[in-house]
Amino acid sequence: MLAFLIKRIGSAILVMLAVAFLAFLIFAVAGDPVEMMVNEQATQADRDALRERLGLDQPFLVQYFTFVINAAQGEFGISYQTQRDVMSLIASRLPATLELVFIASMLSLIVGIPLGVITAIHRGKWFSEGLQFLSIFGVSLPSFVIAILLILVFSVWLGWAPGFGRGETVALGWWTTGLLTPSGRNAIILPAIALALYEITLVMRIVRAEMLEVLRSDFVKFARARGVPRRIIHYRHALRNCLMPVATLTAMNFGTLIAFALVTETVFQWPGMGLLFIQAVLNLDFPIMAAYLVIISAIFVTLNTLVDIIYAVIDPRLRQEKV
Amino acid sequence: MKTLKKSLLGGVALGLLATSASAEVLRWGAARDIVSLDSYSYGDSFTIGFLDHVYDGLVRYDPDFNIVPALATDWEIVDDTTWRFTLREGVTFHNGAPFTAEDVAASLARVSHPNSPLRGNLPAFQSAEVIDDHTIEMTVDAGYPLLLNDLTNIHIFNAQWLIDNDAMEPTDVGAGVEGYPTFNANGTGPFSVVEWVPDSNVTLVVNEDWWDEAQHNLTGIEFTPISSAATRVAALLSGSIDFTENAPLQDLMRLEAAPGVNPVVTQDLRTVMFGFNRRETLSNGQENMFNDLRVRQAFAHSIDAESIRDVIMQGNSRVTGALVAPDIPGYTEEMDQPYAFDPDAAAALLEEAGATGFSFTLNCMNNGYVNEEELCNALIPMLNRAGFDASLDIAERAQQTPKRTSGSADVWSFGWANLPMLDSYSILIQVLHSNEGNSGVFNWGAWSYPEIDALIQSAATELDYDTRIGMQTEALQIARDELIFAPLHEQPMAWAASDRVVDVLQQGDNKPRHWMTRVAE
Amino acid sequence: MTLQADQQTPVAKPSQLARMRDSDLWHSFVTHRGAVVGACLLVFLIVTAFAAPLIAPQNVYDSAELQLMNARIPPIWQEGGRWPFVLGTDIQGRDVLSGILYGSRTSILIAVFAVVFSLAIGVIVGLAAGFFGGIIDNVLMRFADVLLSIPTILLAILASAVAMGMLPPEWRALGAAGVIVFAITLSNWVQYARIVRAQTSVERRKEYVEAARLLRVSPRRIMLRHILPNTMTPVLVAATLSFGMAILAEATLSFLGVGMPASLPSLGTLIRIGNNYLFSGQWWIVLFPVLQLSLLVVSINLVGDWLRDALNPKLR
Repeated sequence: MLAFLIKRIGSAILVMLAVAFLAFLIFAVAGDPVEMMVNEQATQADRDALRERLGLDQPFLVQYFTFVINAAQGEFGISYQTQRDVMSLIASRLPATLELVFIASMLSLIVGIPLGVITAIHRGKWFSEGLQFLSIFGVSLPSFVIAILLILVFSVWLGWAPGFGRGETVALGWWTTGLLTPSGRNAIILPAIALALYEITLVMRIVRAEMLEVLRSDFVKFARARGVPRRIIHYRHALRNCLMPVATLTAMNFGTLIAFALVTETVFQWPGMGLLFIQAVLNLDFPIMAAYLVIISAIFVTLNTLVDIIYAVIDPRLRQEKV
Repeated sequence: MKTLKKSLLGGVALGLLATSASAEVLRWGAARDIVSLDSYSYGDSFTIGFLDHVYDGLVRYDPDFNIVPALATDWEIVDDTTWRFTLREGVTFHNGAPFTAEDVAASLARVSHPNSPLRGNLPAFQSAEVIDDHTIEMTVDAGYPLLLNDLTNIHIFNAQWLIDNDAMEPTDVGAGVEGYPTFNANGTGPFSVVEWVPDSNVTLVVNEDWWDEAQHNLTGIEFTPISSAATRVAALLSGSIDFTENAPLQDLMRLEAAPGVNPVVTQDLRTVMFGFNRRETLSNGQENMFNDLRVRQAFAHSIDAESIRDVIMQGNSRVTGALVAPDIPGYTEEMDQPYAFDPDAAAALLEEAGATGFSFTLNCMNNGYVNEEELCNALIPMLNRAGFDASLDIAERAQQTPKRTSGSADVWSFGWANLPMLDSYSILIQVLHSNEGNSGVFNWGAWSYPEIDALIQSAATELDYDTRIGMQTEALQIARDELIFAPLHEQPMAWAASDRVVDVLQQGDNKPRHWMTRVAE
Repeated sequence: MTLQADQQTPVAKPSQLARMRDSDLWHSFVTHRGAVVGACLLVFLIVTAFAAPLIAPQNVYDSAELQLMNARIPPIWQEGGRWPFVLGTDIQGRDVLSGILYGSRTSILIAVFAVVFSLAIGVIVGLAAGFFGGIIDNVLMRFADVLLSIPTILLAILASAVAMGMLPPEWRALGAAGVIVFAITLSNWVQYARIVRAQTSVERRKEYVEAARLLRVSPRRIMLRHILPNTMTPVLVAATLSFGMAILAEATLSFLGVGMPASLPSLGTLIRIGNNYLFSGQWWIVLFPVLQLSLLVVSINLVGDWLRDALNPKLR
């Protein structure tokens, strides 16, 4: 087990080093950041001074090592555009994104599991076939399309919920939350739905497939034969068997959701990390791009590694195959 | 300039508001934080504009951009290199110290210190001599005409306060040099600083002893930086801020539609225009037809500026024929005759010049000027209908600037606001002058007009205001007639305020002046 | 495509078997309502997209046809709408219907190229890794691991933004299409490589490969003629489904502003432009491209879903 742990964590660290290298490569490409940072009256001397201050006059490899060492300490330099510390910029945006992703994940479980159960139990009935058909739209429509449609209908035409921004927030230490104010709670509704829809359909499909499998199994047939009530079979036995894959999916997709939130955040102008990243991409603000890539990949790799380790704890056979 | 006036609310609401003690605090949600409380520490016009609420200069601009007395009540030019200022009496700093000529001398020494980042904002200053408590003489470069313009941006500190706090040398944000004035302020202005918590808030409270008669009715200002435009707009809509100096233009419709919020839109001092490469050949090696005036005229005649204003700028820009905005000294109505939109005339001119089908690339930025992407996209079909073969190269500023400065752009979008000096000398010396030495730094097209250069040189040392402006007008007129740039419009700028704000002064330099702001009582 | 690939399967009496499978497939197709609707819709959308120059009222690539005085015209059934702008116009005076037709063509072409390239790279890498094993396998699959540890959307955005910045300006319009193909390929080939590698490492231990080795058939020939055809079925199912994903990826990139430029709009570009007018009352600029994109992807997924079930032996 220890050997497995060391190998798994070691390979995660190697992957992160490679990602950090990719992140650094971003710096090596076109676009002169100095031009973006200076104002229009700047002289050549101002430009050279800035270049030196940013370390852009250093050779490539020196810049790379500086980058890796700093990144490991959460130090990603100064944003070219706002001249502010990248890490504190990202940290100030982190709560908005995590809150959105968390609510969307909850939503996908609360809505997805019952839908999956219903479509499995009532297989063949018109409404479960209809839901099954609708779920194709859930996986087909890109999140920005869903977001735009939600804004158009519920915000522009009906005026039920804001389609824009995060509402009023309350600061709890360094964390800011919109969940404690009415305008903040209203503002999260549409973006959370837009982000959750894909996940809802995934959860629904998995629960349905697992339920169908369990319902076909011998032990359910046996329970039925013994006269155990249907509801107890469905909810106590069958559903419990689906929870493990659903929990795995939710955990592993948490990272994907954070990444995909950038699209939702762009449409809703949600002030999270993703919006910061997209603005950085459009303005060639390399330090933010690089930091975001490293942070998201770190979350991603950590979640995957944790899931692998937990699985290995539960099922020792996997320890051999995974390595 | 534009003011927002609203009839007061009904009597009941008025009575309710009057009982609330903090009703006259203006909550200002800004696009960004200030960088320091020391206005000498960074050449940042936003921070300096904010600190205008706390500090005064010797002179300042009135709502029509005339230079009027502030801490100086009068001035005279003694000789070519000497200016004498008479200072206002009975002025006190926020800490109670009286204002004297020593304070001016100390401030000027501090701002012109070799380590001062703001040194360049007072380029001609040599030295100052205290004559008596309320008289000071400044020695400047011979014949320098723009001293007063420069002084509008130089705040006056208290000499004793600087000495007591060991702050005679300026701080420097860029180099990371901090000092007592970075987080503390002691000015003579309409408001004094209670505290600045970086990235969080600045609290200002009214200075009851301000030397000027207060036009505002505020008891204080709560300044909060909200960098995301969306959040800022949402904060305004939800009533958690009263004012923002940066409302995104594309959100104006939803702000207008929202109850309780009023967008305030006017034109920037920035004139948007199109510059032409004037080298022998274009970057692709073909002959540069833009050296023929008729081709530049054809360009100007093919642009439908009014449709651009109505459709792309949603009616908020001002079509112009001049290279500077009306508020900029040097502007005249004669030079402000827009080239008529006339595709047939443009086609004829191209034909005459033998340039029909002349192909070139228009260099634009995604994020440079208001709605620039839509603007440039609309321009291409207009040009091509008149007989050009134009294509668009559009990218972020960081990618476009090197192409422009290296002369590989054929035609480029260009905006110039003539700030901070607020005088057409700015565009003349930096843009229109031939590129030599420190002049013509933004002359990316390598044009050279000796008669314009000569006029600029004479204006540079002309102390008589009217004569100098006359020369600058003449140079601008030549530049306009020769179509060095094809002018398009003054672009819109947008602020927004809640219904609580009944009166706010908006000027084209985009600096809020809340000592002129009134809120519902 | 799929049917032909199945015919190549080196099993005894291929023609008969293929015919049987054909009829099996055909039967499952005609009885699957979703598949029939999806396929008809898909054919319709593809045909209209490629016939855009013939049927669109406006040539959106000819900038001389764009007039600002035609800007912001509502759809024809609304007050102020007028012929020939059936679905209205945008802020440049571009006809929305024409934009959609030309835009669909661009989107489809980019997606096809992206899938083909990902497939080619994925198959080659997967075959090499699975067949040779050892160090080659290790290096290639570690590299794949790194790519997989970055969310695909993020990888595509970064690749696109970075590559776009390196293009010379005169190439930017057409080059953008290449850049997007590159970005999608980069983030997509890994899944094919994994499928092929898994299949290959199973196949290479089978007797017919051993036999071929003993007969001194060259490794290249073994891979291409013997192993490759046996890995094709799962790959082709993945390819169909990822065709939809590629269209979405292109649309997302263009929507975020790192994709096709406004002068050569794809569906994503049209949606990005229209999104600015979501609140200002000109809903048609964004709604119609959104509907077209949705129809396109839903129809592909309807066909893909059916194909996956039909070719999955476990479910049959």
